[in-house]
Amino acid sequence: MRRLYLFIPLALAVALGVVLASGIGRDTSSLDSALIGEPVPAFELATLSDPDGARTPDVFRGQTQLLNVWGTWCPSCRVEHPELMRLADEKGIPIVGLNYKDNRDAALKWLEERGDPYSVTLFDPQGAFGFDLGVYGAPETYIIDAEGIVRYRHVGVVNEQVWRETLAPVFEQYRQEG
Amino acid sequence: MVPEFGHFALILALALAVLLSSVPLAGALTGRSALQGFARPLATGQFVFIAIAFMALTRAFLLDDFSVAYVANNSNSLLPWYYKFSAVWGGHEGSLLLWILVLSGWTLAVAIFSRRLPADLLAQVLSVMGMVNVGFLLFILLTSNPFERLLPNVPADGTDLNPLLQDVGLIIHPPMLYMGYVGFSVAFAFAIAALMRGRLDSAWARWTRPWTTVAWCFLSLGIALGSWWAYYELGWGGWWFWDPVENASFLPWLAGTALMHSLAVTEKRGVFKSWTVLLAILTFSLSLLGTFLVRSGVLTSVHAFASDPTRGQFILALLGITIVASLTLYGFRAPAVHTRVRYGALSREVFLLMNNVLLMAAMLVVLVGTLYPLVLDYLGGGTLSVGEPYFNLTFSPLAVAVALMLGAGVFSRWKRTDGGWLGRQLLWPAAVSLLIAVIVPLWLGGFEPWAFVGCFAASWVLVATVRDIWGKSASRHGRMHGLRRLTRSYYGMVFGHLGMAVVMAGATVVSNYGVERDVRMTPGDQARIGDLTFRFESIGDREGPNYTAQQGVFEVREEGRLVTTLYPEKRIYNVQRSVMTEAGIDAGLFRDLFVALGEPVNGASAWAVRIQHKPLVRWLWLGAIFMAFGGGLAISDKRYRLRRRERKETDRQNASGVGEPAAEGGPG
Repeated sequence: MRRLYLFIPLALAVALGVVLASGIGRDTSSLDSALIGEPVPAFELATLSDPDGARTPDVFRGQTQLLNVWGTWCPSCRVEHPELMRLADEKGIPIVGLNYKDNRDAALKWLEERGDPYSVTLFDPQGAFGFDLGVYGAPETYIIDAEGIVRYRHVGVVNEQVWRETLAPVFEQYRQEG
Repeated sequence: MVPEFGHFALILALALAVLLSSVPLAGALTGRSALQGFARPLATGQFVFIAIAFMALTRAFLLDDFSVAYVANNSNSLLPWYYKFSAVWGGHEGSLLLWILVLSGWTLAVAIFSRRLPADLLAQVLSVMGMVNVGFLLFILLTSNPFERLLPNVPADGTDLNPLLQDVGLIIHPPMLYMGYVGFSVAFAFAIAALMRGRLDSAWARWTRPWTTVAWCFLSLGIALGSWWAYYELGWGGWWFWDPVENASFLPWLAGTALMHSLAVTEKRGVFKSWTVLLAILTFSLSLLGTFLVRSGVLTSVHAFASDPTRGQFILALLGITIVASLTLYGFRAPAVHTRVRYGALSREVFLLMNNVLLMAAMLVVLVGTLYPLVLDYLGGGTLSVGEPYFNLTFSPLAVAVALMLGAGVFSRWKRTDGGWLGRQLLWPAAVSLLIAVIVPLWLGGFEPWAFVGCFAASWVLVATVRDIWGKSASRHGRMHGLRRLTRSYYGMVFGHLGMAVVMAGATVVSNYGVERDVRMTPGDQARIGDLTFRFESIGDREGPNYTAQQGVFEVREEGRLVTTLYPEKRIYNVQRSVMTEAGIDAGLFRDLFVALGEPVNGASAWAVRIQHKPLVRWLWLGAIFMAFGGGLAISDKRYRLRRRERKETDRQNASGVGEPAAEGGPG
């Protein structure tokens, strides 16, 4: 009987392997946010550049925008940044930044070094708003329509392909409706 | 011609590795000593041919042979010769070749230094290492041949080594790290051989211990070098980023630390055998996992080698085969009987078990944080980073818990420890540490909860260790005699633990009291941190061998007195046109002053400048040196040297090879 216990490590390793292997190639829509179709949760946050200015969900009123969650501690955000710059500069896409669990000086330096694609960057050092939004990690990108309703959520890096195939169609749809 | 020769040498090495992994093993299983005798010559031959391949590649680099694709991609004729040399392991193929060289080097070392082992055990150990070698030689030959040619269109010059890697730290960091990673393969091979023989005893633990310790020393140094390099070369003054690749080296370190302690228990008391052997398997598996993470490109990281999917799949298969095969063997052969050795609830056995549990918990925390983004990616959730906030929150409490357990554990005795006595021993360390933990943060600039906890933990380890030396060195012939009587392995432990205290103190103080200021400065401007004034004197151009730099001059004054002059640089490397930040650092035992140039703002008249005051940052690396030194002391202990002297005798007897040294009197 006791011998069976010694197979536990093997069983665990195999189970982990099976989970990983079966996951390969699964559908990507499994991480839909519970907030899709709901208004952006209430918040009152300072912005990165202005510690005293308080912003509310009103920043999402008036036009369809992207909300991009990022932090200087996040290597994937470094990869994503040039694409955000391209979207902002070449396509004129309005992007609201959410600087998530980060430090203000580091974040400002980041934007100074790499360029600032955001119309405004909300500063959420404790991750409180991120929690309400259901952020898993960074980067994440949301499409929010002119009424302030969350329409789409993308977890992970936005690159040219993700934008073209996934985000742009949704974004255009809501921009035309609004 | 020479590169083809190197390629051919690798193929020959593969043939020898295949023989090594089968012939001596067959000899050991069938009891034919003639076949077992092949183990050592084959291990030597394998090393020789891999060394030839390595030298062939090195030659291609030093002679600028850009017809070799790998050289053309990682070198340039303007590169100084020492960087040409280190460029050999600057990319995936070459660093894999280094990996294999180190692995065959360890195999050779086992063959040389383990003559005293029973011949069939040695044959099995070397066979297992040969199997690992076969896997990696196949990997390099099938997916990542470093000798691939670019013919007939030979490029006129190379595309240069990544400027980030053109640095002294990077000349020695990978070899050190690989010595550590790969060194754990010896412990693994011993574990597998012991499982095959069905003989897991304290002799097995005694043979494994020094090898594990050596590998652990190298890995400690390798990690410290990497951290040091990141600190001054990446240009933003951090020393640990919880980057997936850093974690990949940290995971086997945590498991290896647990293994060292668990081996001590198995050797001295003959318990925890199944656990120790499992740890040996786990540690090496984590080394392989680290290799996989770095080379498969599945994780985004500053270190990631350019990747192609076949490589990732190959090494994943290698990892899978290793883990499944060794754990299956473990399931069938690990001792299932309960040992009759008894120990109390407050014994050293239990303290070391707690140490293992905590280290494993810390390892799992880091593993989850590293793999979670990867798993999510596989599940289709996209790529994301978990990042520093998670690790700081989960890892720090475990590190503190390990330290607290350590401080109490050094006083504990095997079998059973008297609770009241232990409490009295701990009274002084507790009082002194409490005092230090209150005074130091207040003196450094204000009370912070984490600073208090960290300082307490660090001084707790320090004071307990010193108190333990004091207690153990008591002698009728005076203190000096008592100190001299303590064994080297005991001093090794002392240094290892002091190293841990030093690292904790450094990490605590620098993360809580380091000052970082990002300011915009034009020449003539001043910025202040505390009593220090940083004055931006001037900025000018400077020509390097393969780059041009803008070099700033900063004078640092304290109350008018010149402390130091710093020369931070912004370099543009000519070939890849990439910009590197070279920080100006004034290093000191108690504080570093750090100035890095950011980007020019307002049309180059003003610069974004990062100024930092980093108290005790050097202690992080100093502590690692302490640890490695401690490990070195431990393996130079008399009992290992004694065996060497005994060896001649045993060689003469050389009957059955069963002879094992008598039990030695270790520390407490």
